[in-house]
Order: sequence, then structure tokens, then C-alpha cells
Amino acid sequence: MSERVGVVVFPGSNCEFDVVEAVGSVGGDGNLVWHGDTSLAGFDAVVLPGGFAHGDYLRPGAIARFSPIMDAVRDFAAAGGPVVGICNGFQILTEAGLLPGALQKNAGNKFICHPVQLRVESINSALTNAAELGAILRIPVNHGEGNFTCDAATLREIEAKGQVVFRYVENPNGSMSDIAGVANEAGNVVGLMPHPERASEELLGSADGRVLLESLLGAATTPLARSRPA
Amino acid sequence: MKFEVAVEVRLREGIADPQGQTIERALPALGFDGVEGVRVGKVIRFEIEASDAANARGEVEEMCDRFLANPVIEDTEVTIT
Repeated sequence: MSERVGVVVFPGSNCEFDVVEAVGSVGGDGNLVWHGDTSLAGFDAVVLPGGFAHGDYLRPGAIARFSPIMDAVRDFAAAGGPVVGICNGFQILTEAGLLPGALQKNAGNKFICHPVQLRVESINSALTNAAELGAILRIPVNHGEGNFTCDAATLREIEAKGQVVFRYVENPNGSMSDIAGVANEAGNVVGLMPHPERASEELLGSADGRVLLESLLGAATTPLARSRPA
Repeated sequence: MKFEVAVEVRLREGIADPQGQTIERALPALGFDGVEGVRVGKVIRFEIEASDAANARGEVEEMCDRFLANPVIEDTEVTIT
């Protein structure tokens, strides 16, 4: 049976159909979940897709973190369920306090939209368990506020605990320590600025994102995820 | 009583400010020399009903902590009149 992946749709999300399609292309069962819903019952994994949730007003993710679905996302994550935030989804997870740090305006103020090379820095995460440590993946970025920042103590802590999951080979946005993606301490919540769903077929220019989506489905079938309350 | 509130949200010290840097680089091109330390923030203004200024301030500070600023990168300064 396919793993059921809930893809949360906020007003202003714009990558949800791409994620559903890409999850399907690696054998998962992607389903849209409206942000006003309050339950994630029956899902094995959750993705917060890219876009401009609630118009990115105030700050990206600042309003989305109060969407009704976010309590369920928090419970799902606390129970060990895999939760991935892509781009705007990453911003929402940091605002919600589910991931460390914050994403601010790109150095140079440019909105960037092009493929980048990412290095896999940890394979102990819901998004990289099937990847190879040190692998270089070619995946597009598409953001104006992807400049990862945090205080020095947090940086030391996430580096020491192996929570840096991806680094840019060439830093496109000024992110601290070239960080492109981070996980929580348990590794089941992951956020990244690049879009693996846009690198899920050779036809799209790269299929390097598939291993990440396969990892997500793998994480969805771990005993930890299955033991969570329905 | 009704109080006028201005919340200045600004990037914490030590957090890079790409907008401020861009403005700082642009100013000399317009003939404004000698400018340094440009930092860009925002001001959120509103009115609030409260029994006194202290209560108004308490409520506004809670808004700042929970919503108006991201404490990871931002500080706030609240002015109540």
C-alpha cells in the first residue's frame, strides 16, 4: 500500500500540485489538505509546500503558523511523524518553532530562481535516509527570502548535533555556513529552501530530488511513524 | 481608554541586513556621502483599548513576542501615547 502523504494547502501556496505529482512519481499517494482542516489522521507523512502562504504578510510564515492545521502538524511531528517544509514550508516551520533559525531576505536582495548544487550533510533525517552522505544533488531554488540565519549558540548546537541536512556547494543567498536545509534534533522534521519536487524527472532537467522523496516515503513506514496515535 | 501604539520592528544587532546594505551602497551614487550603518525595519501602528498604559503595554508586548516580531532575528521597541 502506498504511503499517504498530506500536502498542506495554505491560501497562497503554489507548489502543492507539483509535490502531489512528484510524490506519486516515486510511488506515494499525495493528497491535498486544506490549512483550515484540523486533522492529519490517516497520513503517514506531511509536506508544507512552497508558495506565499497568506501572502507572506508581516513575514513569510508568520500568519501561516497560526492556521488551524498547524496544531495537527505539531502533534504529528511530536509523535515522530515525518514533516517536510519546502521553501515557504521551511519558513513556516521555523516561524512555528518546529525548526531552528530563521530565513531572511537574500543577500543582495535578489529573488533567485535557478538550479543549485546541494551537498547532503546528514542522512539521519526524514528527507535523506535513502541518500548518500556527501552526495551532490542538482535541485532548483526559487525564493527571495532563503537566507538562513540564527544566533551563534544555535549554529554551534545544530552543527554539533548533525542537524544541518544540506549545504549549498555555492552559496546563492548569503545563508550562514552555506546552510540550505536543517532538521530538528530527532530528524523527523526537515526544512529546505530548494525544491526537490521540481527535480523529480529527467524531463525537468534533473531527477536528483527523487532520492529525497523516496527517503520521505521510507521515513513514513518506520515503526516510529506507525506507532503514532491515529 | 484608547492608546496610540507604534511598534518598531528591527533586525537584531549582528543580524545582516541586505536591504540596509543595498540602500547604503545606493546613497553615494545619488551624491549622499558619509552615510553608514543603514538598518531597515518597519513600524506597525494601531490603537488599543486598555484600562491604563501599563496594561496596554503588557498586551502589546505579548503581541510582539507571539506575532509581530520573530525573536530569532528581530527586536521591537514599543511606544505608547
